Amino acid sequence: MSTPIRVLVAKPGLDGHDRGAKIIARALRDAGMEVIYTGLRQTPEMIVNAALQEDVQVIGLSILSGAHNAIVPRVMELLREKDMGDVKVVVGGIIPDEDAEALKQDGVAAVFQPGASLDAIVSFIRSAV
Amino acid sequence: MKTAERQFTSISGVPVEPVYGPQHLEELDPGRDLGAPGEFPYTRGIHRDMYRGKLWTMRQFSGFATPEETNRRYHYLLEQGQTGLSVAFDLPTLMGYDADHSLSQGEVGKCGAPISSLEDMEILFRGIPLGDVSVSMTINSPAAVLWAMYLAVAEQQGVAWTRLSGTLQNDILKEYIAQKEYIFPPRPSMRLVTDTIEFGARHTPKFNPISISGYHIREAGSTAVQELAFTLRDGIEYVDWALERGLPIDEFAPRLSFFFNAHSDFFEEIAKYRAARKIWAYAMRDRYGARSERSLKLRFHAQTAGCSLTWQQPYNNVVRTALQAMAAVLGGAQSLHTNSLDEAYALPGEHAVTIALRTQQVLAYESGVANTPDPLGGSYFLENLTLASEAAANDYIRRIDEMGGMIAAVEAGFPQSEIAQASYRYQCEVESGERTIVGVNRFQSEDQPIELLQIDGTSAQHQEKKLAALRRRRNDSEVRKTLDALKRAAEGTVNTMPFLLDAVRAYATLGEICDALRAVFGTYQETTHL
Repeated sequence: MSTPIRVLVAKPGLDGHDRGAKIIARALRDAGMEVIYTGLRQTPEMIVNAALQEDVQVIGLSILSGAHNAIVPRVMELLREKDMGDVKVVVGGIIPDEDAEALKQDGVAAVFQPGASLDAIVSFIRSAV
Repeated sequence: MKTAERQFTSISGVPVEPVYGPQHLEELDPGRDLGAPGEFPYTRGIHRDMYRGKLWTMRQFSGFATPEETNRRYHYLLEQGQTGLSVAFDLPTLMGYDADHSLSQGEVGKCGAPISSLEDMEILFRGIPLGDVSVSMTINSPAAVLWAMYLAVAEQQGVAWTRLSGTLQNDILKEYIAQKEYIFPPRPSMRLVTDTIEFGARHTPKFNPISISGYHIREAGSTAVQELAFTLRDGIEYVDWALERGLPIDEFAPRLSFFFNAHSDFFEEIAKYRAARKIWAYAMRDRYGARSERSLKLRFHAQTAGCSLTWQQPYNNVVRTALQAMAAVLGGAQSLHTNSLDEAYALPGEHAVTIALRTQQVLAYESGVANTPDPLGGSYFLENLTLASEAAANDYIRRIDEMGGMIAAVEAGFPQSEIAQASYRYQCEVESGERTIVGVNRFQSEDQPIELLQIDGTSAQHQEKKLAALRRRRNDSEVRKTLDALKRAAEGTVNTMPFLLDAVRAYATLGEICDALRAVFGTYQETTHL
C-alpha cells in the first residue's frame, strides 16, 4: 500500500463558518488521507508554515467570506518564496466564476464551488498528487 | 427510487410514519400541551388574535460596503414597505477589529457594514428616526460596544432610550457552539452579556438586549431538535447569570427574545416553533417561578435557511424561501427575514432582495395563512411531531444540565461534536443520493447566470481614510481617559455599559475598546472537534 496523501485543511481569514472545512476534513480522512485541520483564523503565513512543518502535498483552503482575492494570492506567493511550488492548493467556498479563473491563473490547482460533491474533491486530490 | 426502498424521514432524520390518526394523539392533553392561542403554554402562539392584530415585522438583514451605502439601502427598503431594519456588520466589526487593522485586509465591507467608530454608526442611521423604526443588530462578541454606539446615536437624535425598540443579537453561547465569532473566553463574555441585560432592564424597556439564536446552530448543520434544545438551554444559561446578578426574573425575562431558522422540512419546522414556546413557558414558570405573562411568552424572529440555498439553478431558491417563510408564519413568528435568491453567490443585490421582501408580502396579503392563529393546530401529524420534538429537546436539555450547564458542555465540546456528526451525516445522505437537492444532485440543467452585487476594494480605502481623519480630529486624552476607566471597570465587577458609553462618545474606536477588553479578559481559542 502506498503512503497516504497528506492534506492540510485550513480556514483563513476572520470568518468562523467551519461547517464546510470540517466536512471536507472528515471526508478526506474517510477516504484514507492524512488530514491536518488548522482550526480557525489562520493567516497565509501560518498556513504556509504549517504546510511546511507537516510536509503536506495538498493545502485545502475554505473561504466563504469574499476575502479570497486577498488571501489566496498571498498563500501562493509565500509558497513560491519558500520553494514549495509542488504543494497543490485547492480552494473551496463561495468563489465567483471569474475569480476562480484568476485564482487558477495564479497557480491554484482547483476551485470547488457550492454544490461540489465530496467524491469530486476526493478524486481530484488523488489524481493531482 | 421505488417506495419500498425509500426511507421516509424528516430532513433531520426523524422517521415519519405512513399515516397519522387519533392513536398518535393519545398522550396529548389539550389543556396541558396546547392551550388556546395567547394562553399558557402558548404552543399555539403568544397572541389570541395573532396576525389579525398585527402582522409579523418584515425585517431584511442588510449591510455591505460602507455605512454610507448601507444607509442608502435602508432608505430604499423602508420605501419598499419593510417595517424594521436589521444590520449586518462585516467580519472585522464582528471580531472587534478596526477597518485599518492588518487582519481586516480583504474583509472590510464584504459580509456587512464596517463600523469602526461612533462616526460610522451616525452615518449608518442618518435620516432614520430611531424612535420610530425598530432596529435589530447582528453582533455578538463586541455587542455591548456596538449597542453603546447605537444608544449614543439615539442621544444625538434627541430620542429618549425608553422609546427605542429593537434587538441586539448578543448571543455569545451560540458563537462557541456554532458560528465561532468569539473574542473573549466564555465567562467574561457572559459577564458582558449580563451587563447589557441588566442595563437594558433599567434603561431601555422596549429593547431586546439579546436574541437567543438557533439560526446559526442549524446553519452549522444541526438537526431541528438540536437547534431547539441548544437554543433553549442557552436561554436557561442567560437566565441563570442574570439571576445570579440579582435581577428579579420578571424584570428581565420579558425582554429575552429568540431567533430560529426556517429550514426546508415544512412540518418539522412548524413543530419546532410550537415546541419551543411550550418548553420555554414551562421552564420559566416551573424552573424559575416567573409570574409575569410576558416572561412566559417566547417571542421569536425567523430567517429562512441560508444553507438550503443552491448555487445551481438559483431561481429555485425563491421557491425554497417561500416555503420556509410559510412555515415560519404558520409557526407564529414575530418577525421574519427571507433570503434572496442570489445568496449562495454573494450578498444580495437590490433586485433579489426586493423579490425576497415581496415573498413575505404575498404570504401576508394573498395566501390567507395570516387570517387565523395556528391554523394547523390539531393536525394529527403536527401535534405528534410537536410532542416528539419537545421530548427529544428536553432530553438534550437534561443532559446539558447534568454536565453542569452550557458553558461546561461547550468546554467539553458536546454541542459542537453533536452538530458536526449531524452535519456530516446529512452531507453523506446528499452525496449518496439518499437525499435529493433539486438542481444539485438530481434534475440538473444548465445554470442561468444572475446579476451579482460586487464589493470592491474602494470600500476599505474609504473606511481607512475616514478612520485616519477621525484619529487626527478627536481628543486623544479623552480617549485614553475613557479607555483606562473602562479597563478598571472590566477588572472589577461593576456594569461596563456606562464606561463603554463614555468611550464611544469620546470616539474611541471599536478596535481600541476591544483591545482594552482583550487586555483584561484575554482571548479564546477553541479545541477543534472534527
